Amino acid sequence: MENIVSPENLVYQKPTLLNDTDMHYCPGCSHGVVHKLIAEVIEEMGMEEKAIGVSPVGCAVFAYKYIDIDWQEAAHGRAPAIATAIKRLWPDRLVFTYQGDGDLACIGTAETIHALNRGENIAIIFINNAIYGMTGGQMAPTTLMGMKTATCPYGRQADLHGYPLKITELAAQLEGTCYVTRQSVHSVAAIRKAKRAIRQAFENSVNRRGSSLVEIVSTCSSGWKKTPVEANAWMEEHMFDFYHVGDLKTVES
Amino acid sequence: MAKMKGTIVVNTERCKGCSLCVVACPLDIIALADKRVNRRGYRYVEQTNPEACTGCTSCAIVCPDGCITVYRKRVES
Ligand SMILES: Cc1ncc(C[n+]2csc(CCOP(=O)(O)OP(=O)(O)O)c2C)c(N)n1
Ligand code: SF4
Ligand code: SF4
Repeated sequence: MENIVSPENLVYQKPTLLNDTDMHYCPGCSHGVVHKLIAEVIEEMGMEEKAIGVSPVGCAVFAYKYIDIDWQEAAHGRAPAIATAIKRLWPDRLVFTYQGDGDLACIGTAETIHALNRGENIAIIFINNAIYGMTGGQMAPTTLMGMKTATCPYGRQADLHGYPLKITELAAQLEGTCYVTRQSVHSVAAIRKAKRAIRQAFENSVNRRGSSLVEIVSTCSSGWKKTPVEANAWMEEHMFDFYHVGDLKTVES
Repeated sequence: MAKMKGTIVVNTERCKGCSLCVVACPLDIIALADKRVNRRGYRYVEQTNPEACTGCTSCAIVCPDGCITVYRKRVES
């Protein structure tokens, strides 16, 4: 076995941009997988010195501690506004935001829609776990009908709570977006596709083709009160019926 | 006939015992360690049948914490 463990036989390792700081995420959290993909893509693009991320409020608030690029922390929901300024001042940079559904589709809906509608040359990575993870699993605009959360313990009901918001479908209608897609990271095949989507979105930012939105349908095993393996299965069974995975808009240039 | 021989190295201190790699392994040769935990109190994973590993990288790709390094070599049998 020892003669296999040698550099010439190496086929997979953690991207070096993802540093050795232990990530605070719960075991099995989709956030970790997406962090890894972002680090891999930036490394493969050779953009380590020219990538700027904007981290949200939510569980990913400390994203800047884990991926060794330049970051700016934004106030809750305001990441697309901050990213707008950064990209306008530094047009040659790869600029992206990283946001949860509470951040992007609730408190930050205005910033999200208007940045995308203006066609800012930024990429938005949108982690949709249908819940507010960080604050203890409250209902989000993205919570599915009937889904139980801390603030709708009997399940989401239309008459009380309204309907789940498909912000990615809205984004696809906007003139400013050049690439809108919905992906997931629950299996090897899905992770490979999600990585290609992130790469496309990042290239769009660098090449100033307009706004890109990559939604990642995600799990929050703690908020959902499931094991990570059960959470992935629950997501496959319930989330994909409503949040259809695939490209919603690709503008050829 | 040539075949692929692989092996994984798990960063057991970084592992959170989420078991996503356990279910991703097509050969079912990764398991949580029995009655052992790392410094953060997580049961970590280990390979149960290292001889069978083909180095397919499935476990490493799904690991949210980037704990698994994979090596693979073509061997004549
Ligand atoms: C202005 C403001 N309002 C409310 C909060 C409380 N708060 C912190 S995180 C969060 C929601 C996070 O949910 P989400 O964006 O879905 O991210 P997740 O934690 O699920 O990854 C809220 C409401 C805050 N920090 N600041
Ligand atoms: S609370 Fe949910 S979203 Fe936050 S780190 Fe834990 S599993 Fe991930
Ligand atoms: S996927 Fe990673 S963190 Fe989870 S049990 Fe396997 S090695 Fe540990």
